Amino acid sequence: MNPRIGILLSRIRVEEKLLLGKFQERGVAVEILDDRQVIFDLGPDGARWKAFDLILERCINHSRALYALKILEDLGVRTVNTYQVGLVCGNKLETTSALVRHGVPTPRCKIAFTPESALRAIDELGYPVVLKPAVGSWGRLLSKINDRDAAEAILEHKETLGSYHHSIFYIQEYIEKPQRDIRAFVVGDETICAIYRHSDHWITNTARGAKTANCPVTTELNDVSVAAAKAVGGGIVAIDLLETPDGRILVNEVNYTMEFRNSIDVTGVDIPGRIVDYALKLVAQADTVPAGR
Amino acid sequence: MSQQAECPECAANVSLQDDVMQGEIVQCGECGVELEVVTGEGLALQVAPEVEEDWGE
Repeated sequence: MNPRIGILLSRIRVEEKLLLGKFQERGVAVEILDDRQVIFDLGPDGARWKAFDLILERCINHSRALYALKILEDLGVRTVNTYQVGLVCGNKLETTSALVRHGVPTPRCKIAFTPESALRAIDELGYPVVLKPAVGSWGRLLSKINDRDAAEAILEHKETLGSYHHSIFYIQEYIEKPQRDIRAFVVGDETICAIYRHSDHWITNTARGAKTANCPVTTELNDVSVAAAKAVGGGIVAIDLLETPDGRILVNEVNYTMEFRNSIDVTGVDIPGRIVDYALKLVAQADTVPAGR
Repeated sequence: MSQQAECPECAANVSLQDDVMQGEIVQCGECGVELEVVTGEGLALQVAPEVEEDWGE
């Protein structure tokens, strides 16, 4: 019998269309669940959702993804990724804490809750530093702070103009990387491929115009990427890594609803196919293993 | 044969693939705005939602 698969999404981007196509190629019908339309009744509505063997989460809104995953998890519905992975990856503080807890190499990081303590933390780390919102993506609102004057100005602006969310100060050591970073795609226990993201700018997100090229998956890159994936709870994640001048690889961030449209051609790896196969394998395993994860 | 719909921003004709889906995001070749495919009487386009603070990966 064909599994009942749902894909929870906000809009059908290139990635979602590729995923839907791969399910179709494998003869699996997928129900599209638009997060703008769904209503979760926390009472007797559970049966509707429990009928799914698996729901693949592809929301563009982090908050919607997180709450939906929480509700589905509490109903016992198998999801990719899990609520825990969304919770950890969607918040840089949680991500860094998980990486540190599991001994995964990552840039030094300090957290402070007031502008005054943040300034002290920045001074302790040494300039330059990177100030990031704990929740945010696509390289938005990142500040590279080169000196104390800039630190004072940015902290004052954050305090005056920002919402409370922006007064949780996530301060990261700045890594002098070689005009590029690495994005590694992990599916289950394997780094299936990786890309370099080249940019003259210190922010190397493709959403900010970085150019991509294939990055060979070495044993070291695979090991650190899989370790990072496991630290946040596993599943399907994209690991952003930084190369240090002394040759180490540090995990910068982990993304749980990864974009991959620019990485298929350069790596030659069928990323959406691998995602779909992983999801279908989980469903097959569920025939013998309870959905407790 | 591709289908056509009008861009609500600049009124240009936007070509849509035969396998276009409701909810799919396309770009207007004339003005560059992101558009979402919606259904009504046939296929239509509306300006896609603007980026919100918690959007991302």
